[in-house]
Amino acid sequence: MAGDAGTAWVLRRVRPLGGEPVDVLLADGVVAAWRPAGSTGPDSDGLPPGTAFLDADGLILLPGLVDLHTHLREPGREDAETVESGTRAAALGGYTTVFAMANTNPVADTAGVVEQVWRLGLDAGHCDVRPVGAVTVGLAGQRLAELGAMATSAAGVRVFSDDGHCVSDALLMRRALEYVKAFDGVVAQHAEEPRLTVGAQMNEGVVAARLGLPGWPAVAEEAIIARDALLAGHVGSRLHVCHVSTAGSVEIIRWAKAKGWQVTAEVTPHHLLLTDDLVESYDPVFKVNPPLRTAEDVAALRAGLADGTIDCVATDHAPHALEDKETEWAAARPGMLGLQTALSVVMETMVIAGRLDWAGVAERMALAPARIGGLPSPAADAGSSIAVGAPATVTLLDPSPWRVVEADALASRSRNTPYAGRSLPGTIRATFLRGRPTVLDGKIV
Amino acid sequence: MKGHLLSTEDLSREDALLVLDTAERMARVAEASVRKLPTLRGRTVVNLFFEDSTRTRTSFEVAAKRLSADVINFSARGSSVSKGESLKDTAQTLEAMGADAVVCRHGASGASHRLATWVRGSVVNAGDGTHEHPTQALLDAFTMRRRLGRVDGLSVTIVGDVLHSRVARSNVWLLTTLGASVTVVAPPTLLPLGVSSWPVQVSYDLDAVLPKSDVVMMLRVQRERMSAAFFPTEREYSRRYGLDVDRAATLPEHALVMHPGPMVRGMEIASQVADSARSTIVEQVANGVSVRMAVLYLLLGGGSGEVA
Repeated sequence: MAGDAGTAWVLRRVRPLGGEPVDVLLADGVVAAWRPAGSTGPDSDGLPPGTAFLDADGLILLPGLVDLHTHLREPGREDAETVESGTRAAALGGYTTVFAMANTNPVADTAGVVEQVWRLGLDAGHCDVRPVGAVTVGLAGQRLAELGAMATSAAGVRVFSDDGHCVSDALLMRRALEYVKAFDGVVAQHAEEPRLTVGAQMNEGVVAARLGLPGWPAVAEEAIIARDALLAGHVGSRLHVCHVSTAGSVEIIRWAKAKGWQVTAEVTPHHLLLTDDLVESYDPVFKVNPPLRTAEDVAALRAGLADGTIDCVATDHAPHALEDKETEWAAARPGMLGLQTALSVVMETMVIAGRLDWAGVAERMALAPARIGGLPSPAADAGSSIAVGAPATVTLLDPSPWRVVEADALASRSRNTPYAGRSLPGTIRATFLRGRPTVLDGKIV
Repeated sequence: MKGHLLSTEDLSREDALLVLDTAERMARVAEASVRKLPTLRGRTVVNLFFEDSTRTRTSFEVAAKRLSADVINFSARGSSVSKGESLKDTAQTLEAMGADAVVCRHGASGASHRLATWVRGSVVNAGDGTHEHPTQALLDAFTMRRRLGRVDGLSVTIVGDVLHSRVARSNVWLLTTLGASVTVVAPPTLLPLGVSSWPVQVSYDLDAVLPKSDVVMMLRVQRERMSAAFFPTEREYSRRYGLDVDRAATLPEHALVMHPGPMVRGMEIASQVADSARSTIVEQVANGVSVRMAVLYLLLGGGSGEVA
């Protein structure tokens, strides 16, 4: 039976990392063999009984994608998303692991809540769910949550973030950075100096000046990144910067890396593609935090992702119920769906534009986030992530079709995609998690 | 002109002049013995005010009634819990009641734009947050034209809290579209960072600009801005940017002093200046009715500009 964990699969004429076609055998949860393209049939030697065949002619084989920044909304806002619906969207987008952000209700600031989310992920089975723990109790920025308890829980938390809120207190941030060293944790900072963004609604600049919306200045992000990089350097800790959105932030991170400090960063697909002039419609589907920026920022983010200053792409998938978006701009919640469109946006902005090859995409969307998030036994490089012996945790992309994104066709419980009506390249045809298909023929198994 | 009036930024010179010319004819109605036209008989105009503004609401109400429209005042002050829901719910209610035009005042920038996507009738933006207040700019331009005979070629100076002013934004776009040269004057903290992209000159020095101004438009400055560190004290603001008697004396003989109201006398404008012959402040209120009649007429009545 297709879908059984024990079934072996032959991916016929698949192109590993976009290279020359081969037949790839997935068996016993690992990549078992590479054979010459088209040489493997039902009568071939060495295939386990019941081996299934997938015609992968023209499809690109990538390691399963890893998202360091997903909002699954459960517990608390199951009307907007659940672990089940969110991970379904993830698998359909080529993801095999998502890191679930802590800003649920109740907040994931105890071992109990992170274990609940982790178990819901296991039950759903569409991809691995790694809960992120809150840095501070209730995301309130006042005192540290029990970071160690979350680390040693069944959920094995390694990434800690108050995402949605900045850990703005410099001393508290320093302590958090130091404390998580004991279990090789990392603090993922939502970089936003709160005093500079009181009432902020969109990027501060020429569009905001016209639209009469209070500005969210780039310096509010850059000042925190600079401070945190200095702190991380000072105490020798790992810092991860969430959703970098400005050209200045890229410069600061480049500087911090040149110093040899352990600073990593992510960029979202929407910040790689969309700009703040979209706000002219006042349609809150374009409201997000940090806000959409200018074309110059977009160019710097693409360049930073290409040269490795920005380590990875993370979706910041943020589902919101209709009533939280069908409002006037100021009343709407910030956030956008991202899991089912991320690879397409990266393909458009980075691959088609010649900034990254498919090995580069594998590095930025699977390997780097796995390393940053502390997943066990990360692959050394893109090649070894799909080589014989690697886990059969892969996704297959059909790069040829451009599709018009339809909000109603997405797996999320919410509809707040900024790409509705926009044409994007590429579509996921299949995803495998340790040899078991989670997506086949573009549909959830 | 058809559809909605949401901003002056996208108003063409042709449409702007059509409104002003139509307002001129409407003003004559106000001067006639029977101050009412049958044009909008049987049409419904809803005044949807989420913010209190007796002046603007009354002005629209008088305008609609002079055109014989049925007027409903819908004072829908949003609940603090979910303002968004109430805006959409209200839109659906108005839709069900068959409103032909909705005049909307709301505290959120873009609220009228959102409303226009939810109702079939025409939406007139009567002030949305810190974005625009197009009929105010139209009545200001109308006032300038009546007093000085033209807008084209005038030097207009707008002074005060430009950052938070919907009146300033609407005037910048409209007056430049009509050929005026606009200078905005404010402390740098009360100018938007993106003002450099506006078709205006920027100055921090009121004294340098006044002798070259045909019109000076003073904006209200809210005292609560002090607490957010936009300026140190009321007294310092008034000294540097207030239009006192001495400053007003440096204006050219023909220059006008305007204020969209409500004024803070003694803060941005001295009482003697507000009440002087060059002040148009009371006139602006009367002109507001004519301009709003013109807007409702053009959106709902005809497009030809012909008035009986």
